[in-house]
Amino acid sequence: MQPNTTPGKLIVVEGIDGSGKSTQIDLLNKWLQSIGKSVYFSEWNSSDLVKSTTRLAKREHMFTPTTFSLLQCTDFTDRWENRIMPMLKAGAVVLADRYAFTAFARDVARGVDPKWVRNLYSFAIKPDLILYFRVPLDIAVERITSSRAKIKFYEAGMDLGLSDNKITSFRLFQQRIVDEYEGMVNEFSFTVLDGTQPVQLQQKNVRAIIKKNLQGWEGLPTPVEAVRRDARERKARAQGGLT
Amino acid sequence: MTTAKFYGAGFPYNPLEEYPGKLVVLEGTDGVGRSTQIMLLRQWLEKEGYAVSDTGLRRSPMTQPGLDAAKLGHTLNPLTMSLFYATDFADRLENQIIPALKAGFLVLSDRYYFSIIARDITRGADPEWARKVYGFALVPDLVLYLKTDIPQLVTRMVHGRGFNFWESGMDIRFADNLYDGFCLYQSRLIDQFDLMSKEFNFVSVDATRSVNQVFEELKKNIIKLIL
Repeated sequence: MQPNTTPGKLIVVEGIDGSGKSTQIDLLNKWLQSIGKSVYFSEWNSSDLVKSTTRLAKREHMFTPTTFSLLQCTDFTDRWENRIMPMLKAGAVVLADRYAFTAFARDVARGVDPKWVRNLYSFAIKPDLILYFRVPLDIAVERITSSRAKIKFYEAGMDLGLSDNKITSFRLFQQRIVDEYEGMVNEFSFTVLDGTQPVQLQQKNVRAIIKKNLQGWEGLPTPVEAVRRDARERKARAQGGLT
Repeated sequence: MTTAKFYGAGFPYNPLEEYPGKLVVLEGTDGVGRSTQIMLLRQWLEKEGYAVSDTGLRRSPMTQPGLDAAKLGHTLNPLTMSLFYATDFADRLENQIIPALKAGFLVLSDRYYFSIIARDITRGADPEWARKVYGFALVPDLVLYLKTDIPQLVTRMVHGRGFNFWESGMDIRFADNLYDGFCLYQSRLIDQFDLMSKEFNFVSVDATRSVNQVFEELKKNIIKLIL
């Protein structure tokens, strides 16, 4: 991956389904905006251009591990070229709910070659911060099965034929994904967070980490913050003139 | 039986050792006469008793509707286009080409991934990155490269389907009009094909000659392979 040479900041969250990462990044998004940062949020698998193809392939169970991997990368590149990259160049904080590491974990769990999938995403910028939410499998599975009516076919890894039972298949598939994530903690310098802690405590920790990471960095202010900043500078200049 | 060889890791979750069929690829730029030749080859091979399956870019039932819609809107950026075509290619390789080869078919492929990476690289993709994307691709038994030049291509376009947006590379604006765009874009593609020719063992066939002369030479090369 490429070093970040843009004026923006790229912060991503990773973790298995039910690790609580989306809750945390949503709170982080609101907080960053409240302190005057321009934030752009991007979610995995959300490109309008690719949506209809993904829907068709999921409905008809057309995916192989390779085409699954390639289509998700197509989705990523569309967001990359049209949204993420321009926002970083403009100096925004880009928050991504899942990033290339999701592909490295899931696609390898499905059986593609680890080096091959790492090459696919090698054009992308290495995030300034990768927050990895670690939870024991049992807790994640419990959160997913109690809150959602139905686990979907590919989410459960049913295409791998691990088990005829959806919950069993989901568990086995998620375990493989956890193994891949754990292997990446050092490879990509993940910042590991304890996803079993209360939401509020986790958010406190997240904000402390972000604060440290953003120290001395201004970036692109929100329009409101830009006006405030101008006023502060004018005041400082005026006071400077008096002394 | 052919021993299966891949450019990279192939499909690790679904290994292929060998296959009884043959994979023959016709490569070359836009308007060089590939589809005419594929049609003639198919007729000839079927008359000789070979089961033939043909395939070409953008024919995957999974990606075709989405990719066609994306091209209509001209909203495709180079990387996105590159990966979308890779998805189409992988789908056809796994679900069409390899099953046909296993069943003993002679597969005629109208282009392979070489055309796709020629376009990607012309649009600024890293050549090594583009090659590695196709690490899952099967090495064909024969790659026939229809080699031509710009004046010949222009004649064919004028007397054929005319000039169009994508074949003139207008998405990357080499020129402000279709004609100049076509000449510049296609000559860059030809440069890429020439670079790949040795690397990927292309058998070059001079495509500036008559349809029949080209057909006879393609036939000669395929006979060598299947006898």
